[in-house]
Amino acid sequence: MKYLTEFRNGEIAQRMAREIASITTRPWKIMEVCGGQTHSIIKNGIDQMLPAEIEMIHGPGCPVCVTPLELIDKALAIAEQPGVIFCSFGDMLRVPGTDADLFQVKGTGGDVRVVYSPLDAVEWAVKNPDRQVVFFGVGFETTAPANAMSVHVAKRRGLKNFSLLVSHVLVPPAIEAIMDSPGNKVQGFLLAGHVCSVMGYWEYPPLAEKYRIPLVVTGFEPLDLLDGIRRAVKQLESGRHEVENAYERIVKFEGNQAAQKLLAEVFEVTDRAWRGIGVIPKSGWRLSAAYREFDAEERFHITGIHTEESPLCRAGDVLRGAIKPAECAAFGKECTPRHPLGATMVSSEGACAAYYNYGRFLSAESLASAGIGLTGVAHG
Amino acid sequence: MAEYAKAGLLVSTKDTPDFSNWFCPLPLVGYPTIVMGHGGGGKLGNELVEHLFLPAFRNPALENLGDAAVLNLPSGQLAMSTDSFVVQPLFFPGGSIGELAVNGTVNDLAVSGAEPKYLSASFILEEGFPLAQLAAIVEAMANAAATAGVQIVTGDTKVVERGHGDGCYINTAGIGLLRPGISVGPRGAKPGDAILVSGTIGDHGMAIMSVREGLEFESQIRSDCAALNGMIAEVLDSLILDAAGAAVHAMRDPTRGGLASTLNEIAQASVVGVVIDEASLPVRVEVQSACELLGLDPVYVANEGKAVFFVAAEAAEKVLAVLRAHPLGREAARIGQVTSEHKRMLVARTAMGANRVIPTQIGEQLPRIC
Amino acid sequence: MCLAIPGKVEEITTEDGLRVGRVNFGGVVKRVCLDYVPEVEVGDYTIVHVGFALSKIDEETAEKTLTDFRAMGVLDEELASEEEAFARAAAAPQSSCLDGSCSSK
Repeated sequence: MKYLTEFRNGEIAQRMAREIASITTRPWKIMEVCGGQTHSIIKNGIDQMLPAEIEMIHGPGCPVCVTPLELIDKALAIAEQPGVIFCSFGDMLRVPGTDADLFQVKGTGGDVRVVYSPLDAVEWAVKNPDRQVVFFGVGFETTAPANAMSVHVAKRRGLKNFSLLVSHVLVPPAIEAIMDSPGNKVQGFLLAGHVCSVMGYWEYPPLAEKYRIPLVVTGFEPLDLLDGIRRAVKQLESGRHEVENAYERIVKFEGNQAAQKLLAEVFEVTDRAWRGIGVIPKSGWRLSAAYREFDAEERFHITGIHTEESPLCRAGDVLRGAIKPAECAAFGKECTPRHPLGATMVSSEGACAAYYNYGRFLSAESLASAGIGLTGVAHG
Repeated sequence: MAEYAKAGLLVSTKDTPDFSNWFCPLPLVGYPTIVMGHGGGGKLGNELVEHLFLPAFRNPALENLGDAAVLNLPSGQLAMSTDSFVVQPLFFPGGSIGELAVNGTVNDLAVSGAEPKYLSASFILEEGFPLAQLAAIVEAMANAAATAGVQIVTGDTKVVERGHGDGCYINTAGIGLLRPGISVGPRGAKPGDAILVSGTIGDHGMAIMSVREGLEFESQIRSDCAALNGMIAEVLDSLILDAAGAAVHAMRDPTRGGLASTLNEIAQASVVGVVIDEASLPVRVEVQSACELLGLDPVYVANEGKAVFFVAAEAAEKVLAVLRAHPLGREAARIGQVTSEHKRMLVARTAMGANRVIPTQIGEQLPRIC
Repeated sequence: MCLAIPGKVEEITTEDGLRVGRVNFGGVVKRVCLDYVPEVEVGDYTIVHVGFALSKIDEETAEKTLTDFRAMGVLDEELASEEEAFARAAAAPQSSCLDGSCSSK
């Protein structure tokens, strides 16, 4: 695929990894915020290719993982209601609520449907005027334009049977929360390239200044990730703390103006609870007053939700980068993809699932003794 | 099994039933759809047998119309297999539930080292199911059976109330004659074995995905649904001629759960490690693209016309040549080997040169946005 | 949060008031909303997330990036020793603005 496959060249990747090794003189901890980047790093073994001094910390860029438990339980309650067509991205289907997940609700008769785009859900509403269609609008800024358009279209067409269950979260406040948290060790960030394709990166220079950290807009393919890491390391080694764009073919400083315009019309900033982290002020979006009629939480008035997280689950610590998934006592034992305790084990981009699915439940030592080297070329 | 919403989208071949080729169309003209009576064992059910199943599957054992088919079989070991088919949608690019029902059981027998001979076919139909679609499915089954060289010798039809079935479910059971001297169960893989796959992976699953409501896309991807017994027989024949002994140690057709599930199963059963080279996995460009679009991994996507072979290393080139000479094996490739390290685990070497463990998937892969 | 892939726009129409394109992703074609990328025309490449085009791919920049990537590290392989590597790198820095104040490397 053009503009995709070329950025997966293994030979160039190994050279870039050697380049990073050659400029690294000290240990550095870099966080990638975006779950899609976590997924790619682990799937391709990018972290295996880096010198031992570089530690990639996996951040809370998994909107599925950080969607509050209470909202998942509300989603389940809505999906169980007769006459409702509950539409969602595939990612949300196996995220555990207090008692069940959407998959199970589907199994007991709920009409739960996976869609590729929120506009598909709007189509369902048009085709089924006697049913209430609800779309689970979860995501960072990347997905918000799509969700915004869906309610915008619903409003324009005067649909009375479409609503959005919103859980949008924003990256800049997340970065601040991480940097402000006690014991934080992150020294630089890879910024989420597709979030920035929408929002641009004009929000970040104040953060680079305030926390004196390098912030590099980075893509998702192996070469893009390695380039982002390389630039972050280069800044760290020379004591710089700037915003850089390593994804220039797609991201512009000002971002997508058309999207930002509609976002400003459809959404407004609000405080949001991040599962496993807590409330981060002004860190989310909810529907603005002009679109509030499409808010599913208001339309369905779900009450009586009693949420309960598993006491064993340390998803919050994983999301803040405080521990690696394998360091959680329940990882691979009580908590597996088959029996997930928290969202980070369910979502395919959740750090725990990514670690598990790509086989990190075996420690490096045991794999090495089994004859599999986990050290990439960069170790020589 | 249908984990996604029922597809109202059925690519049916006819809008109105065409009874012109049916033996006695008159009684059926009044019933363009299945009714409860068709499963009742009475007149309506008999008509279905006489005017639909019999003409399609035509063979002596079936035509006896006994409660059981009486078959003459040579002495020796028999293999028996059964499978139920509940795919949605019923018709998809490259095939239908009909071909799947025949080829699925034929392939299970073939990868067990047996020559498939006879099948049973049982239908569970939903009240209101269009007869025209049933006719298309039965025709597909007849063609698949003829291509595979098997006969459908007995069957059954039941009807369930509207809303209690996805239109049509089919169960097939099959028996085959075990080839003497061949032992190819999942426990047979040995360290040093070469691992071959007969062609591109992920075609079937992505063909289904391309017509699933909510996820549809346009493409040329077609299901690879096919009977593998001919190709497998040629592989086994070639090795016998060479007196290479039991050079094929294990065989399996990777269906649901994809190549990764099959390799994991064999690694588990044989208590060996399996290593594959990601760059050598044959994947059609379009299948790869569709997987990128939906965030799926081709190694976990279903196949319906591929076989995986674990062969002694010295036989690998020969088997590859035989496969590539067969129409169903043109894109056969060597994808890895068996090791005595990391037992029970499937490990892949990525294009980056890193190693990653590929675990058995939990449930079906779901499209993702992240 | 960010599975977006590049595709080529083959056709643009208007459907229900939205600018919609048929976008080809390596042989797979999907209808995509182009309302957010008014500058994208037939023949352009764009990055698509959940059925929405978010940005046009600047092909010139993409090619330049690839060229830079391909050149990376090649110098090292031609060298006999680490000191030579250091000397050459010092004489020909990779960044075009040494104080790092610009967004290109």
